[in-house]
Amino acid sequence: MNILQLKNITKKYPGVIALNDVSIDFVKGEAHALVGENGAGKSTLIKSCTGAVIPDEGLIAVEGEEFSSLTPQLSEQKGIGVIYQEFNLVGELSVAENIFLGRAIRKGITIDRKAMVRESAKIFEQFNIDIDPNALVSSLTVGYQQLVEIAKALSQNAKILIMDEPSAPLTSAEAERLYVMVEKLKKTGVTVIYISHRMEEIFRLTERITVLRDGHKIATVKTSDTNMDDLVKLMVGRELKETYPARKDCISDEVLLDVQNLSGNGVHDTSFQIRKGEVLGFAGLIGAGRTETAELLFGAARKTGGTIRLNGKEINPKTPRDAIDSGIALVPEDRKGKGALLEMDIRTNTSMAILERISKFMVVDKKEEKRIANSYRESIRIKTPSIEQKIKNLSGGNQQKVIIARWLASEPELVIFDEPTRGIDVGAKSEIYTLVNSLVESGKAVLMISSEMEEVMGMSDRIIVLCEGKISGELNRKDFKQETIMNFASQK
Amino acid sequence: MEYLDKLKGTANAVEFAKRNGIYVVLLLLVFFFSIASENFLVSNNLLNVARQVSMLGIAAVGFAFVLLLGGIDLSVGSNITLVNIVGGWCMVNAGLNPVLAIGLALSMATFIGFLNGWIIANINMPPLIVTLAMMIIVEGLAYLICKGLPIYGFPASFAIIGQGYLGPIPIPVIIMIVILAIGAFILNKTYFGRYFYAVGGNEEAAKLSGIKVKNVKYLVYSLSGFFAGLAGIVILSRTNSAQVLAGKGLEFDILTACVLGGVSVTGGFGRISNVVAGVLILGVLSNGLVLMNVTQFSQMVIKGVVLMVAVAFDCLQHRKAH
Ligand SMILES: Nc1ncnc2c1ncn2[C@@H]1O[C@H](COP(=O)(O)OP(=O)(O)OP(=O)(O)O)[C@@H](O)[C@H]1O
Ligand SMILES: [Mg+2]
Repeated sequence: MNILQLKNITKKYPGVIALNDVSIDFVKGEAHALVGENGAGKSTLIKSCTGAVIPDEGLIAVEGEEFSSLTPQLSEQKGIGVIYQEFNLVGELSVAENIFLGRAIRKGITIDRKAMVRESAKIFEQFNIDIDPNALVSSLTVGYQQLVEIAKALSQNAKILIMDEPSAPLTSAEAERLYVMVEKLKKTGVTVIYISHRMEEIFRLTERITVLRDGHKIATVKTSDTNMDDLVKLMVGRELKETYPARKDCISDEVLLDVQNLSGNGVHDTSFQIRKGEVLGFAGLIGAGRTETAELLFGAARKTGGTIRLNGKEINPKTPRDAIDSGIALVPEDRKGKGALLEMDIRTNTSMAILERISKFMVVDKKEEKRIANSYRESIRIKTPSIEQKIKNLSGGNQQKVIIARWLASEPELVIFDEPTRGIDVGAKSEIYTLVNSLVESGKAVLMISSEMEEVMGMSDRIIVLCEGKISGELNRKDFKQETIMNFASQK
Repeated sequence: MEYLDKLKGTANAVEFAKRNGIYVVLLLLVFFFSIASENFLVSNNLLNVARQVSMLGIAAVGFAFVLLLGGIDLSVGSNITLVNIVGGWCMVNAGLNPVLAIGLALSMATFIGFLNGWIIANINMPPLIVTLAMMIIVEGLAYLICKGLPIYGFPASFAIIGQGYLGPIPIPVIIMIVILAIGAFILNKTYFGRYFYAVGGNEEAAKLSGIKVKNVKYLVYSLSGFFAGLAGIVILSRTNSAQVLAGKGLEFDILTACVLGGVSVTGGFGRISNVVAGVLILGVLSNGLVLMNVTQFSQMVIKGVVLMVAVAFDCLQHRKAH
């Protein structure tokens, strides 16, 4: 039976047709993947189902009942739950309060906190999740926040659960927990619509896959009838070269970054070096201190001890500006919170870190600014009608590309990428890898933090594993093994 | 392709209306008053309106900067008062020449602004509270200096600023135009103007892009103090006497003008060209209402409603965006 049917949905934005006459049927109890490149229209499609976006044309049928558009309330009533690409939790409220946000259980006129805690605990128990319903959401890691989002949707008795890139912010272990959860949901008859750029999980979790490209539906296929290569071909519309493009051996003997006994910000006594032309990978679990180390190097947090040398010269970055000036760039992991200036356009977002350099007598050289923004728009293929587009109107992956452009524009010697391909499609991923290659081939160095095991192993020349703020292991390329890394990462 | 161009065309039209809608409101208001009162659309009266709003326009530039940053500066009104008192005191009681007196008064106004910025940036206090406290302190200081009494008897040359003309145009209007132009220049052309938007939009991201957020705050609040000071000098010269009520409540008129002009109270949005419209709307409104013999108290009610509607409009618009 088709629990949800989309019929000829079209949605236009100024200069973009986000969805063009898209029809999809979803079967009860199936896990149905939605795949496509950044900007293909996946998020717009699901937002049409949840009433967050009103389609220009087309119909949505929930269990046979047809609507030309839905509202968030109506879609919730009809049993559609959603976990958006960007979280919608309130950090300052407890887990239980978030789950029942807007639908607080009441006792007379007062809120029945105990009942809410009890109900939340019940849901968690059902899925073997270990979260204290009284904890503040802001105190949870992203992985757990994700699970809270899911619990929230379930508490609304969702029959259809839509997940927009749910695994993007998770570590492998956390993602594993998510997969188990999805399997359980399917068994209880919930239909899962699953958006993801990670191929392995799509093949593992889903029964059918719908491919979108440039707002068009390309095909719906049975997962068992297809394979990764065919799927990628459908998504990008062309043959894709291997995922991790080969690079010349370009590691020089010169040390670019030399860190000795670095401490502060949850990092203890860490020493390592990066040579010119080298990609150093940082692996570890969330909370292992990878991002924190990056923040110390970048002057975003104060170090309490140790020395940092760049090109043999000691630097002591007190602010990001100091770090940028000495040639360090950081592409942060939390795009929305720490990277994107959502209300500003692509041009100004790209130039933000180099404004003073492209100014004469305090006046920004707009021509130069446009030239730079346009050149990156082309070279890393930012999909947009114009560089004057506000980046809040870009798809998630394209926002990430703009942030990367900002840092490439600062012409750094050392680029720190913190989860650089989170939420980025396969095509763009390999573009970013190529870009990393060209950075190191031109004598720069890259520090790459990634929770995607394949990615760190595929891209790094050397991997350092962190655990609880300390280095717990180091591997050279020939010794890379997922198991060894996991062991180092979970060392006590 | 053609289709895309057409799409872009309509988008531009919508964008244009959204951006400049406030001028339509201004025109409608002018149209209304010219019908309601025959004395309104007279060149003399229009120049009058321009002169009346000039100090509002001058102070609004600094205030708009503060709003862009996501802050607020309630102390501008009392800062204007203090500039009046200090300027008057310097010229009359200390016998300083006007240029020196102006310089001193402006430095002091700027310093008060800087102090606001320093406290907000370093102690992380909410701007509303910091500048509210500053407003009370500064007003108290003004009373202390003049003991509540007006100061007058300034050198004749000083009157030019507020009362002089360049051809048919009053000097205060010229000062306002210059300051508005400088404000627009800072926002549209300079890199630090860009920083105001960035910090107001996402402070954390701004910081990680290498912007020294603290310095931006010092600068913006100092500028707010400075422009308020300049407005204070114009008022002092125009009224030819320093009074403790000189700037009373002006912060709310200035706020209204900015918000009418589309500067968001939550930071990150706004353009000087529209603030001009906001300032003019307020001026036309007070002038027109006076011509129609509306009482001062009714005027208060109307202005309050205007502020409320403007802010509501701003909030609704930005909630939609989320
Ligand atoms: N509010 C909007 N205004 C203008 N354009 C928009 C808006 N929302 C989305 N778009 C455009 O619609 C297209 C589809 O965006 P959508 O977010 O659905 O992509 P996506 O498939 O989810 O991509 P990603 O994998 O990067 O998340 C993009 O080109 C995007 O720029
Ligand atoms: Mg998306």
